[in-house]
Amino acid sequence: MNTNKVDVIVVGAGPSGVSAAITIAKSGKKVLIVDRSDAAGEKNMFGGAIYAKQTAEIFPEFWNSAPIERAITEQRIYMLTDADSTLLSYRYASKGSYKAFSVFRSKWDKWCIEQAVKAGAYYAPKTIVRELILENGHVTGIKTDLEDFHADIIILADGVNSLLASSIGLKKELKDSDVTVNVKEVLQLPKERLQDRFNIDDEDGVAAKIMGGPLKNMFAMGFLYTNKDTISIGVGVSLDELKKNCIKPYELLEEMKEHPSIAPLIKDAKIIEYSSHMLPEGSFDNIAKVYDNRVMVAGDAAGFVDNMHFEGTNLAMLSGKLAGETAVFAIDRGDFSASTLSMYYKKLEKSIIIKDLKTHNNTIATLKNNIETITSLYPELACEFFETLTAADEIPKKDKYKKFLLKVIKSGCIRKTIPLGVFAMEKCLKR
Amino acid sequence: MNINDKLATLKYNKDKESHLSVNNDICINCKEKYCTFICPANVYEWNTNKCELTIRYENCLECGACKIACSKKNINWKYPNAEHGVKFKNG
Ligand SMILES: Cc1cc2nc3c(=O)[nH]c(=O)nc-3n(C[C@H](O)[C@H](O)[C@H](O)COP(=O)(O)OP(=O)(O)OC[C@H]3O[C@@H](n4cnc5c(N)ncnc54)[C@H](O)[C@@H]3O)c2cc1C
Ligand code: SF4
Ligand code: SF4
Repeated sequence: MNTNKVDVIVVGAGPSGVSAAITIAKSGKKVLIVDRSDAAGEKNMFGGAIYAKQTAEIFPEFWNSAPIERAITEQRIYMLTDADSTLLSYRYASKGSYKAFSVFRSKWDKWCIEQAVKAGAYYAPKTIVRELILENGHVTGIKTDLEDFHADIIILADGVNSLLASSIGLKKELKDSDVTVNVKEVLQLPKERLQDRFNIDDEDGVAAKIMGGPLKNMFAMGFLYTNKDTISIGVGVSLDELKKNCIKPYELLEEMKEHPSIAPLIKDAKIIEYSSHMLPEGSFDNIAKVYDNRVMVAGDAAGFVDNMHFEGTNLAMLSGKLAGETAVFAIDRGDFSASTLSMYYKKLEKSIIIKDLKTHNNTIATLKNNIETITSLYPELACEFFETLTAADEIPKKDKYKKFLLKVIKSGCIRKTIPLGVFAMEKCLKR
Repeated sequence: MNINDKLATLKYNKDKESHLSVNNDICINCKEKYCTFICPANVYEWNTNKCELTIRYENCLECGACKIACSKKNINWKYPNAEHGVKFKNG
């Protein structure tokens, strides 16, 4: 047998690829997973937090041994105006049941690939797939800078750019409106100071979304995560907005960092790393064709992201697992045709992946159409409300609240909220 | 903090050859020059004296945004060779 022939080749050792490889290796099939980085994760960046429940399906009780930073126990939303802010916070007790953990990709991805190797997968780092090998129009292998490899099935888990899925026509070329450009900094602060500043205990952590202020009137969102002794802070902005507004992404991040409500959170923290990565915007109409003869596409490469809820790694892991299960079924059957691999899509349809992508199909377009309402008007009215509520002055309360109400009416807030409300209702109630 | 200070926090293994290239004749006639501001690593700069696009490929973060943003589809974009390019310690 050709030594360069395995049952399945997985391209990309991110969350989707590793989950596919583990699923296949555990069933006793021969799987090779390749990645272009020297050590898994070194080319990757995210916010970010991984989700406990879905991650544990691939890595049971991973929190006992994986390199996690903090258990997320508080979710904040900062609504900024030019100078003020309203903060929403939801805090929960972590004990016993975890929801999410902050991690670093470079450490996390490395740990994950170790688990795949332990399960029996072959791992080739420093391996760039430049081209797919086609025989009679079907994918039968990969061309790397060093040698060729062959397999019955190839799983493309090569991330948002997925040059490979595009090369065989499974994926349309990405447009400006299909992606966000994200920049992030990791800022170091002594552990005790970090915990005092965020009002958290030893293991606990905060995840925050930031909207409005310097990010107003465009599809842009800031994010912040606490790690052990560092803070990850960044901003994601739609590529079409960057072009339209002639903005440099790192300058937008600087402006956000200087906002009077954000600056104290990162004061005296020293930058130890800057990074950037794209994210697909995630809508049903934009997903790739995820299977064909002998090939499947998973994770970001397929466009499986729920931008509204900051979900990506969980959908990547789930899709990798479903592609892996399908590959095992096909190999047992000895049939790698598109009709057998269509089982992958049926599994995706039954999972939250396709259901949520359908729900969010035109959500981002709707948000973009109402972006001023969401990122300018709502933060302003929220701040105005608290200002009215808390300013102890000479104005009688009745007059104050009347003024506030008139302002709400004049701002067109109610009229502008109706389409958003109708849109949300339709989404939830339509079958 | 300016972009050079940000980039100075990163570990790179510079490749001998650029993994990014353009046809400068097309850039000369490009009004928008999107690549010169959307890039998170400030890789592209228009040199007015030489009428030429400077490409500091060694600073590239390999995100892929420029490839999409150039409306003239003028950026020949590929990943740097194995063991080259940027390396994130945290990510
Ligand atoms: C700023 C930001 C914040 C985010 N925050 C969160 C969050 O908080 N929670 C969350 O769940 N998700 C988050 N996400 C989304 C999440 O990171 C992705 O959805 C997830 O990483 C997708 O996994 P993947 O395996 O499909 O792709 P990736 O993680 O991108 O992995 C692809 C792998 O393929 C390799 N590769 C690519 N091309 C080739 C090739 N030709 N040859 C060999 N190897 C190749 C790459 O080196 C990489 O390791 C965030 C994303 C960004 C950008
Ligand atoms: S946007 Fe494209 S065509 Fe215009 S200057 Fe940049 S690379 Fe050249
Ligand atoms: S890939 Fe990203 S970092 Fe590299 S040059 Fe293009 S836009 Fe800049």
